[in-house]
Amino acid sequence: MIRALSITKSIHDWLYSTMSDNMAYFVEMVLIALVYLTIFAVAGLFLVLIERRVAAWFQLRIGPNRVGFQGLLQTMADALKLLSKELTGTEKADKFLYNLAPYFVIITALMALAVIPFTQDFHAFDINIGLLFLIAISSIGVIGILLGGWSSNNKFALIGAMRSGVQTISYELSIGLSLLTMVLITGTLQVSEIVEVQKNGWLIVQGHIPAIIAFMIYMIAGTAETNRAPFDMAEAESELGAGFHTEYSGMKFAYFFLAEFINMFIIAAIATTVFFGAWLSPFGITESIPILGVFWFLAKAMILVFLMMWFRWTFPRLRVDQLLTLEWKYLLPINLMNIVIMALIVWQNLIIQF
Amino acid sequence: MSYFSDIYKGIKTLLTGMSVTGKYFLTSRKGAITQQYPDNRDTLKMFDRFRGEVIMPHNEENQHRCTGCQKCEIACPNGTIEIIWDRGIDEQTGKKKKKIDKFVYHLSMCTMCGLCIDVCPTDAIEWGQNFENSVYDRTALTRVLNEPGSKLMPGVED
Ligand code: SF4
Ligand code: SF4
Repeated sequence: MIRALSITKSIHDWLYSTMSDNMAYFVEMVLIALVYLTIFAVAGLFLVLIERRVAAWFQLRIGPNRVGFQGLLQTMADALKLLSKELTGTEKADKFLYNLAPYFVIITALMALAVIPFTQDFHAFDINIGLLFLIAISSIGVIGILLGGWSSNNKFALIGAMRSGVQTISYELSIGLSLLTMVLITGTLQVSEIVEVQKNGWLIVQGHIPAIIAFMIYMIAGTAETNRAPFDMAEAESELGAGFHTEYSGMKFAYFFLAEFINMFIIAAIATTVFFGAWLSPFGITESIPILGVFWFLAKAMILVFLMMWFRWTFPRLRVDQLLTLEWKYLLPINLMNIVIMALIVWQNLIIQF
Repeated sequence: MSYFSDIYKGIKTLLTGMSVTGKYFLTSRKGAITQQYPDNRDTLKMFDRFRGEVIMPHNEENQHRCTGCQKCEIACPNGTIEIIWDRGIDEQTGKKKKKIDKFVYHLSMCTMCGLCIDVCPTDAIEWGQNFENSVYDRTALTRVLNEPGSKLMPGVED
């Protein structure tokens, strides 16, 4: 199941030639885990920096530009600062759960990252239920948030965690259904085959109107799923301090913080995979150079990440009842209708293919 | 049918909002309001309404407009201003007249409330734009605002 990157093919062969099969398999898994951990850390820090610069530009400011060239090292410095900080906690906190919670969040983010096809061969875990796995994993992250809020023994944290629970339970539905709409075209849940289908045109083109509706719903629900503004009631600063991670400090706070940004990237990456042809280049212009797939994938994902940042710095926060109205009265019925329309289109073979 | 028109209106207003912020995003590098302070120290210009410190402007002949009426001293809520005055002979009329000797201003006590400036009948004092007021010795914050040897500008009292 593990497909190594093609440039690591030689490492793969070398490992299998020097040690027993089981051992080599194990070492390979450890190596891949290390690679993904590095991606996780670097991408997280990079996204935090981008968010800060983009936010500054939206607000007619400049943003961090002092540490390193154009502030490139700013978030590194912040991470170092957080590392050196004392880990404080509430006295009556449930210590075990309190310490466990950040790892729930971070591990689920990492697991989701494994299913994402960065390019043809840079794809750690290509299972046949890829999309289902992603949807399932993304809802485990909320357990970490609930645990963190509950175990810190702080009313703001608890309210934040409960809100997060409400939000995720409702918006999970929309994410699942909008992805299901696209599965009707692809006919498979396996991520690599979803990409294969898109060689005849990205799914957002193939599925035209219902696909665009599904994409809009997915983006709204995805923003809600990551607890970002305008759906950031779980950590509404003006109401709840820092929400569920009020009582966290130092590196444990940084885990929550990084995981939030990685989750944003994951939402964008799933959208890229399902709607915009993952690592496929537009009109196949760089088909002959497979390594450029990483570039196309990241470029598409970054545009979607930017879209989410644009949402964040434009829209005001929703109230809880407005949030639930939006989901249950608007997104869900539209989504169900959309699935029927998509089914009709696929049945009548009205999809656009090149 | 208001259900569908609500959706339409909702999407339309959201897009309007996004276009507004999008425009700001594209033009922000030109219109950024952030001042990169220590770097642009030479070109930095403070705003007219900025209250840095109380100053007393003098003209080229070292003349100011303060008559020594002490209204500012009375108006100041925290005794920031001390006027040390004297009686001297007025050059034009030859009569004895009140004159300021020293206009003492304790910057460390000033709350920048502006009452002294409002109350001055001859507009002798006004707001300065300097804000780099940190010093190592707080006696440096006690200032004499009138220049040594300065005189009252003729015609101010008319
Ligand atoms: S600004 Fe206010 S506190 Fe300062 S000297 Fe004038 S009256 Fe006094
Ligand atoms: S500064 Fe103005 S108010 Fe104060 S003593 Fe001089 S003339 Fe009078």
